[in-house]
Amino acid sequence: MKGSNLVSLTAGLWAALAAGAAHAVAWYFQSPASRMAETIDWLHQVIMWIILVIFVGVFGVMFCACFAHRKSVGHKAAQFHENTTVELLWTVIPAIVLVVIAWPVTKVVIAQKDTSAPDVTIKVTGYQWKWGYDYLRGEGEGISFVSTLATPREQIEGTAPKGENYLLEVDNELVVPVGKKIRVITTAADVIHAWWIPAFGAKQDAIPGFLRDTWFRAEQEGTFRGQCTELCGKEHGYMPIVVRAVKPDEYTKWVAQHQPKAAAKVAASAAPAAAAPAAAADDTKPLPVAELVSRGEKVYTANCVACHQATGKGLEAMKAPALAGNKVVTGSKQEPIDTVLNGRPNTAMQPFKQLSDAEIAAVLTYVRSSWGNKASDVQPAEVKARRK
Amino acid sequence: MSAVVHDHDHPHGYGHDHAHDDHHGPRKGLMRWVTTTNHKDIGTLYLWFSFAMFSIGGLMAVGIRLELFSPGLQYMDPDFFNQLTTMHGLIMVFGAIMPVFVGFANWQIPMMIGAPDMAFARLNNWSFWLLPFAATLLVLSFFMPGGAPGVGWTLYAPLTVQMGIGMDLTIFAVHILGMSSILGSINIITTILNMRAPGMTLMKMPLFVWTWLITAYLLVAAMPVLAGAVTMTLTDRHFGTTFFNAAGGGDPVLYQHIFWFFGHPEVYIIALPGFGVISQVIPAFSRKPLFGYASMVYATSAIAIISFIVWAHHMYTVGMPVTGQLFFMYATMIIAVPTGVKVFNWVATMWKGSLTFETPMLFACGFLFMFTLGGFTGLVLAIVPIDIQMHDTYYVVAHFHYVMVAGALFAAFAGVYFWLPKWTGRMYNETLGKWHFWLTLIFFNMIFFVQHFLGMAGMPRRIPDYPLMFETWNKISSIGAFGMGLAQLLFLYVVVQTIRKGEPAPQRPWEGADSLEWTHLPTPVPYHTFETQPVVK
Repeated sequence: MKGSNLVSLTAGLWAALAAGAAHAVAWYFQSPASRMAETIDWLHQVIMWIILVIFVGVFGVMFCACFAHRKSVGHKAAQFHENTTVELLWTVIPAIVLVVIAWPVTKVVIAQKDTSAPDVTIKVTGYQWKWGYDYLRGEGEGISFVSTLATPREQIEGTAPKGENYLLEVDNELVVPVGKKIRVITTAADVIHAWWIPAFGAKQDAIPGFLRDTWFRAEQEGTFRGQCTELCGKEHGYMPIVVRAVKPDEYTKWVAQHQPKAAAKVAASAAPAAAAPAAAADDTKPLPVAELVSRGEKVYTANCVACHQATGKGLEAMKAPALAGNKVVTGSKQEPIDTVLNGRPNTAMQPFKQLSDAEIAAVLTYVRSSWGNKASDVQPAEVKARRK
Repeated sequence: MSAVVHDHDHPHGYGHDHAHDDHHGPRKGLMRWVTTTNHKDIGTLYLWFSFAMFSIGGLMAVGIRLELFSPGLQYMDPDFFNQLTTMHGLIMVFGAIMPVFVGFANWQIPMMIGAPDMAFARLNNWSFWLLPFAATLLVLSFFMPGGAPGVGWTLYAPLTVQMGIGMDLTIFAVHILGMSSILGSINIITTILNMRAPGMTLMKMPLFVWTWLITAYLLVAAMPVLAGAVTMTLTDRHFGTTFFNAAGGGDPVLYQHIFWFFGHPEVYIIALPGFGVISQVIPAFSRKPLFGYASMVYATSAIAIISFIVWAHHMYTVGMPVTGQLFFMYATMIIAVPTGVKVFNWVATMWKGSLTFETPMLFACGFLFMFTLGGFTGLVLAIVPIDIQMHDTYYVVAHFHYVMVAGALFAAFAGVYFWLPKWTGRMYNETLGKWHFWLTLIFFNMIFFVQHFLGMAGMPRRIPDYPLMFETWNKISSIGAFGMGLAQLLFLYVVVQTIRKGEPAPQRPWEGADSLEWTHLPTPVPYHTFETQPVVK
């Protein structure tokens, strides 16, 4: 048991109150999975003990006065109103206590900032509203994917029972090896986001146009979950971060499975014929319209629905135009394809290059044939032709 | 202290030659309030205005807590939720808490220093009447296409650049609010420095006046900085500048630096007048002079000065260099020293006093206890590694509500109950006042104490929906919010009942109160006071 006794006691009382709750009650830091998180926990407890001593001292005196020095018990007011010695003491002693606290803290601050000599470097990009991960250096170099909320819309809207990891589950987890120093470089494509895994004690704002970094070293295997912690617009509450820490050999296997795919993408853009089997599902062969539409609906739900809405009517607050009855959408295929590939500057419409040709073709076909829109389908090859 | 100043109480015959009657009472009807230059009328306007804003901001808080009662989206879409959190913050900070203390300043400063009115009486009218226009802009932004901005009260760029026209209304509202504050502050500084009664030296002024003098300087220094920050946002939005856009050579973090250079002094702009009220109330009900008057003045000044060099402790996670983090951490920790001095002084004032616990004193004790808890969590958050874990979580929300609500708002309640007899000439109902205190205290802690747990366990702030492990505390917190909202209706009832049919109050209802308004002026205070200045020995 790591929590300080005072805090446990208080929490115990509250927990008793909450006995009826269906889910375990969280009231203290999540159990640390890195040395840094442990250190933060330890620092917090040290400070809380110091605070407890001051608390008892100051309010002990106050409550004594409240009971003993009441007019109703006949206490006569003394008339003293200053005492230089006392006043000096209670200025100097707190200052000394602060210096004592500052010393160990300074060492931790310096350690927390030390992102040198990492084993793996990963670039994390915040988008409205998902995370992009690019393995830049170390084992896994070249792997790149996007990670979005996996909780189905029905659970959020209350038409389906909420799962255990409600709002804390993603389609693609960030996988890292246990015991290795991971440097996280953050940036963002649109507005400021913040990347946070509480169990690692690692949080760093992701700032558009700038690179910032932090680091962590997972000390145990497991899946660790966090959320975006900088208000980034409408779906801020729906862009979780999930990190799976695995044994180094398992990590090597994971890299082997995923790296070819990444390599294949690079190769595919250079020489189409060289596409690896893993990418075959997303090659440019023509697809039937029905398949495009059904797949497109899924892509739309994962990427577009937050702004353009399930009704296709758009959302004024996000400057997201209605897609239903939109002449640009139903007109020539070129502009819709370019918009999805390159985004629109100065709006929340970001580039969706990371989607495959087939996915973009599918979502465009879906959009061009839904909500009363009746335009022709878009084939993967047409998307491919517009990629630069 | 010298002779009682008598009131020039002519019979109110207005039929003739009004213009030459120097000692007239207020005009009749609505125009009295529109055209008034009387510090007491303007004080009343500020107080009612801030209560109206407190009600609107409070309703928004109830809306927020309603959505957070259960996980999932029940009542509103996330965008509207963000609009509520943004406007709740702006309205409470700029509409409720700042004006309530300006209301106190208007009523009390002239009476406490023995001046007939504020130095610039017409300017005073103007600084109040700017506020309703600003408030209207804020509320109107909800009805614009795209609604109010959903960016948080801190208005961080570049999210603000994405917002609709509601953002522009908010920017103009902030400009107008800033103008109002600056004009009010110039008036307060001039009044205090030039219009004190003979013998009322600076170091004899009641502490409330001192805290306002210092606060007014903070306002004059800080508000233009905020105006600059939001103006840069405005030009980024519409005129092609790129102050906060890296693609054009700007930096989103620049906004945060400018905002918090205003924002941290702002915390003390809100807190210091509250400290002043508490420094009047505690000695009065302890029947004992304030302990360490001089050190209180020095501590208040020290807090004000240091408040300008700690701003980046709101930004530990933006990725400052390590030296920056250490500097701002040390500077922030230093603030604990003068703040500690103030708390110790208040406790020492109570020590060996002759204490009674009427409603103002209850609120003062509630303030002392819970504001100090807010100070403790402030110390926790000053520590960089711990803050990085807690930043932008509910722990921070809990922390600043302990400072803003249990600190500033409780001080305001203490002040209202303390001076209400002097202002209205009638006593409030003590039993109901005590009920108001205890209900507010209990529900406040129900809302915010549990939010410390939520933050530590990892719940980010400003989210409309949350993982299941946070459900219990959120339910308790929401129930507390509904209760606290209802308890304020009791406050409104108590005040209205006092004004309409409270028992007549004596000149000095509190035997320990010894500033000029109690010793020199009748109750209720006449419309014009101290036309001849008293002499303070």
